[in-house]
Amino acid sequence: MSTLNTPVVEPVETLISTGSINEALPTTLFRFATAGSVDDGKSTLVGRLLHDSKAILADTLDAVARTSADRGFGGAAGGIDLALLTDGLRAEREQGITIDVAYRYFATDRRSFILADCPGHVQYTKNTVTGASTADAVVVLIDARKGVLEQTRRHLSVLQLLRVAHVIVAVNKIDLVDFSESVFREIQADVQQVARELGIGSAELGSADHIDDLLVIPVSALDGDNVVDRSERTPWYDGPALLEVLETLPAADEIDTQLESFRFPVQLVIRPQGALAPDAVAGGLDVEAYRDYRAYAGQITEGSVKVGDSVSVLTPGQAPRTTTVIGIDFAGDSLEEAFAPQSVAIRLADEFDVARGDTIAASGTVRESTADLYAALCWLSPKPLREGAKVLVKHGTRTVQALVRSVSGKLDLATFKLEGASSLELNDIGHAQLRLAAPLPLENYLHHRRTGAFLVIDPLDGNTLAAGLVKDHPGDHEDERYSI
Amino acid sequence: MSTFLTEETTQVTEAAVSTRLSSLDALESEAIHIIREVVAEFEKPALLFSGGKDSVVMLHLATKAFWPGKVPFPVLHVDTGHNFPEVIDFRDRTVERLGLKLVVGSVQEFIDRGELAERADGTRNPLQTVPLLDAIQQNKFDAVFGGGRRDEDKARAKERILSLRDEFGQWDPRNQRPELWNLYNGRHTVGQHVRAFPISNWTELDIWRYIERENIELPGLYYAHDREVFARDGMWRAVGEVSQPLPHEQVIVKTVRYRTVGDMSCTGAVESDAATVSDVVIEVAASTITERGATRADDRISEAAMEDRKKDGYF
Repeated sequence: MSTLNTPVVEPVETLISTGSINEALPTTLFRFATAGSVDDGKSTLVGRLLHDSKAILADTLDAVARTSADRGFGGAAGGIDLALLTDGLRAEREQGITIDVAYRYFATDRRSFILADCPGHVQYTKNTVTGASTADAVVVLIDARKGVLEQTRRHLSVLQLLRVAHVIVAVNKIDLVDFSESVFREIQADVQQVARELGIGSAELGSADHIDDLLVIPVSALDGDNVVDRSERTPWYDGPALLEVLETLPAADEIDTQLESFRFPVQLVIRPQGALAPDAVAGGLDVEAYRDYRAYAGQITEGSVKVGDSVSVLTPGQAPRTTTVIGIDFAGDSLEEAFAPQSVAIRLADEFDVARGDTIAASGTVRESTADLYAALCWLSPKPLREGAKVLVKHGTRTVQALVRSVSGKLDLATFKLEGASSLELNDIGHAQLRLAAPLPLENYLHHRRTGAFLVIDPLDGNTLAAGLVKDHPGDHEDERYSI
Repeated sequence: MSTFLTEETTQVTEAAVSTRLSSLDALESEAIHIIREVVAEFEKPALLFSGGKDSVVMLHLATKAFWPGKVPFPVLHVDTGHNFPEVIDFRDRTVERLGLKLVVGSVQEFIDRGELAERADGTRNPLQTVPLLDAIQQNKFDAVFGGGRRDEDKARAKERILSLRDEFGQWDPRNQRPELWNLYNGRHTVGQHVRAFPISNWTELDIWRYIERENIELPGLYYAHDREVFARDGMWRAVGEVSQPLPHEQVIVKTVRYRTVGDMSCTGAVESDAATVSDVVIEVAASTITERGATRADDRISEAAMEDRKKDGYF
């Protein structure tokens, strides 16, 4: 009978006093990714974060402890091989590889974390691009015994290209170099040198067009030094532990809420006519007042909007139409203001035709739509890109046909220089020019991480071929840091 | 209390609130965006609805996504025939309240026709796959919303938010489309369909906090109640029509609740005094055992039980 799984419940008072449940201070959401090379201890680090933040429950821990014992693991944390906490699918174990990004969850009193765990050895570009596309921060691992490798440079190049706001370099296995300050300082200097070459952290803090900051932290994932708590074994390091950094860095949507950048791709039109929700009607909704209800549903990708703001509706092939926001609705609540990344429904003063695929933006801030797309493409498919190929481009809520006019070069990730190429293979990053079947309100990815991003899709089988980043129109002022 | 706040403190608080959503608000916003994308891009979506807490939260999110309009798709229930009666009652009341169409795929009918065989252990959860795929084909659903969460299982941890399934409903973990930014690629060919998981990024605790915040009604068995139970496989099983104790299994009355609601023959209860949603939030926050580990016999069969079922078309 003792084997019955009865949840262990602590008295409420204990929870409240330790702050585990605190209604007054709701937690915020922070998304980050991890990237590393083979055997640099990334699985152990992720396992350590999950274990020390108590995200691993007893039955999972028991299973891992049994497997650790079976395999003769004798390390710290009570003989548990923390790397097993992130052990993957049987399909992966059979092949001895990690297939792709796995998502993991843990929380502290201040934040809920979504961790995109990106495997390093197979298709690292594909995995890093995927994980970094939604990340507020990325943790790059370095083995203290090996220092900065070519793989490290490649990871940092991809993160700079994707303009991840915060990069944290964890110098792992610091225990295996006897907690040596000089080893750490040397690696730190090398990382900073690479960062300077890539232009990381060189612009003003808080602007959206570059990696804001780059932190280097000495850690031992195996023993837990500087992961959750600051370590006494690195007295020469006076910076924060990794989790402290993750708890306090501003998330992407904490930085950018000015009206000037308001962007809202319309997902669909809410126009119930007669078909009002029965539960809303039963709850006292005024049926007459909602007979002609018409609102545009979507998620604000950037900036904020208030009732009374002047906005432009961008429809491909038409001049921008200016109107006023007369209502912001969300499930029965009328909001005065909404901001990214809220999902809302917006009502406009003028009753002109607005449909899925249109974008509502702060008026006068978006330039004319264009059918000429200049982009950096991260090629994610085993099927190579050739000039003349016909593809689909998905941008915001609109998908259009496109012709690949030319491939103008491929990025050498180790040197961050562009070299000649006329095709792109899996994991290549290159420049291409596409001609779109209909013009789109394209924006430079440097300044608009959402409306500057797009997917390239194979029209034959529907697979995603590439992650696209919009570059400036030719002839416009080219940002030097973006002229990869 | 407020008299002690300086003007400066108040301003700081307001600024923080106006530029930052709580984690629940951010998760809700993400889920609603996904639900709207699927409705906009697919011909005929449906929502898997079992009356379980995750599917109830999914339906609540759908009502918010299309307010003041009706939820624009039917709900689909794969009925094992081994249900808790109060859950079926809850399902029917919910469908009625929201004016939805209910499609039922019945495991019993497949067994009666000889197209499915009862398992030796009596568990019917794994038998749901065939009626599910049949209902999808019969009704020509091209997208099916599910309440799957990535924190439930390591196979789910690697599943996409929009997950493409072939003609046989199979999931191929080695051949998934990369999911970038908030741009979801739902393209599929004839015969294929997509499973959509808008609450992928929620944890069990997020679900309960949201149920508490939004005052969402759930079937009563999620809260502590007295029930006749017997011990089997390290779990408390309810006594019911399809769940009878063996001669050596002693029936006792315990105060229990359910953390998951599934097939009565393989879902176990946990001892608990959590009678209200706030009690449950506290219990889940302090719990040391995963919900599937605690209450699902079918996930204990092997380490890769979920992975195997998913490859065969399970949700």
